[in-house]
Amino acid sequence: MNNHLEFHPAQDTLKIAGRVFSSRLFTGTGKFGNHHLMEEALLASGTELVTVALKRMSLDSDSDDILQHLHHGHIHLLPNTSGVRNAEEAIFAARLAREALQTNWLKLEIHPDPKYLMPDPIETLKAAEQLVKEGFVVLPYIHADPVLCKRLEEVGVAAVMPLGAPIGSNMGLKTLEFLQIIIEQSNVPVIVDAGIGAPSHAAAAMEIGADAVLVNTAIAVAGNPVQMATAFKIAVMAGRMAYTAKLGAARSYAESSSPLTDFLN
Amino acid sequence: MRMFREELETYNWDEVQSGIYAKTAADVERALSKHKRDIEDFKALISPAAAPYLEEMAQLSHRLTQKRFGKTIQLYAPMYLSNECQNICTYCGFSYDNQIKRKTLSGAEMLQETEFLKKQGFDHVLLVTGEASKTVGVDYLKNAIRLLRPHFANISIEVQPLEEDEYRTLADEGLYAVLVYQETYHKDNYKQYHPKGKKSNFDYRVDTPDRLGSTGIHKIGLGVLIGLEDWRTDNFFTALHLGYLEKHFWQTRYSISFPRLRPASGLADPKNVITDKELVQLICAWRIFNEEIELSISTRENELFRDHVIQLGATALSAGSRTNPGGYSVDPESLEQFEIDDSRTVAEVKEMIEKKGYKPVWKDWEQFTRLEKLSV
Repeated sequence: MNNHLEFHPAQDTLKIAGRVFSSRLFTGTGKFGNHHLMEEALLASGTELVTVALKRMSLDSDSDDILQHLHHGHIHLLPNTSGVRNAEEAIFAARLAREALQTNWLKLEIHPDPKYLMPDPIETLKAAEQLVKEGFVVLPYIHADPVLCKRLEEVGVAAVMPLGAPIGSNMGLKTLEFLQIIIEQSNVPVIVDAGIGAPSHAAAAMEIGADAVLVNTAIAVAGNPVQMATAFKIAVMAGRMAYTAKLGAARSYAESSSPLTDFLN
Repeated sequence: MRMFREELETYNWDEVQSGIYAKTAADVERALSKHKRDIEDFKALISPAAAPYLEEMAQLSHRLTQKRFGKTIQLYAPMYLSNECQNICTYCGFSYDNQIKRKTLSGAEMLQETEFLKKQGFDHVLLVTGEASKTVGVDYLKNAIRLLRPHFANISIEVQPLEEDEYRTLADEGLYAVLVYQETYHKDNYKQYHPKGKKSNFDYRVDTPDRLGSTGIHKIGLGVLIGLEDWRTDNFFTALHLGYLEKHFWQTRYSISFPRLRPASGLADPKNVITDKELVQLICAWRIFNEEIELSISTRENELFRDHVIQLGATALSAGSRTNPGGYSVDPESLEQFEIDDSRTVAEVKEMIEKKGYKPVWKDWEQFTRLEKLSV
């Protein structure tokens, strides 16, 4: 029996704020051509946590259209605060989200810059501190800033979500060096968010030890979103398996033929 | 802070125009192959030299738009509140010297129009007036926003330029965006089109986005009226204006519109016409130049054009529009500001969007402030 060589994704779970996830692929719900396609893609991805933009929802009606398509037992909602510009607005949005969606989970995103949607580290830290006090499970979207991640950890966030590249850019892990430092230092799960444009990017993030990735644009605008969702599912699993299997060191040079330490023998 | 007007004054219209027309195929190819494009690239993309690259530009624009905005199209409706106007504008059906019946909606009439628009599904509305400070001044607009705010998620205005404190007043009421088109950046000729009224002051109009930006407004819409001056040169200046605003007012988002002069009652036909092909080139050039900019297409354009342009870079469409005050339900027979070319119903436009594989978005905004003051 070579059980120690086998990988059991079902046992390799991720725990955030007491909730157990067997899928490490989180997804967004924006940018899809229609809700049916979105639903199919999300089911194919195996995701168990999906973000929803509060600003797009009809909060005055009992049941927003999009929610009907997310009504699956294994899919949890992660409302985001997209559209807010500062901590004050984010806190207001968070309370609204908790009331409207009956969840205290929150993707805290404060991007006052509407062009590149760069997260504001100062306002994010301020809001996170207050929201944790109010009992929210806070997952902040931030730049790949290792110090900020530690500061957020100290105020009690449930995970950190550093970006790989600007939102929607599909550019991959442009912040690789910083992500590695964050992963090395973090005591909370690290979810690489934004910029993941291909399954290979997702696999790369998992290989370096990210706990999960969040993907939206790459799936939603693919020619075949359902197939792409499946591809991401497999890539995330592959990357995770590779990480737990311990990757061999990559070398960009050949082994020296005349060892430098031979004289010690 | 240096105002945009001061930057504008360092440019010479004729030199810019000849610079655009001097762009070559090599300039266009360089612009297309770059990762980040600057305003010289934009000049190349709107130049005659780019015409043979239209399909390539369309493909690129299509991909960039989907990457940023997804397969979605924002829908909005204009609500004309008044056609009273003290300006004489040579191209506008509401011009002061045009003998038409004037009408300004009362609060009750606005609500009647609102009911009609809400039934169609709209949650984003654009309030439009002429410039008549006594009847449709800032108090009228303030009341209109206060009245309509509970009914719409997102309110924009396209009205006369206001003072900074007036914009602040309206923003406090929940105003999201202000559209203020320069019509033309050709200062010398501007006066010909706007001979009388407050609008004839070029500087005051061109300073408006500066005043708006200072208030921290969420969105500013820019554009020129295509058909007045050379559209390429005017769009270069719009791009220059946008670049200035993005640097100075970085928390504001921006949109560009492409109003083409349409025949209007009692007016001469436009002199600098743009062909459909050229308008597509212009739209694609904007997208390739600025991947994040919102591009809006009104019902001035015809069905065929609108059906295709949603795949070419447009991100927002109006639908089922009426350009006369009360045109939806209060007084549907009154004279319109300009003729609508796509007269399909909202349901028909929605169906067309869905058939193209896009999702119509009715709501993309939530006012996350005001209702209560929080301590952080």
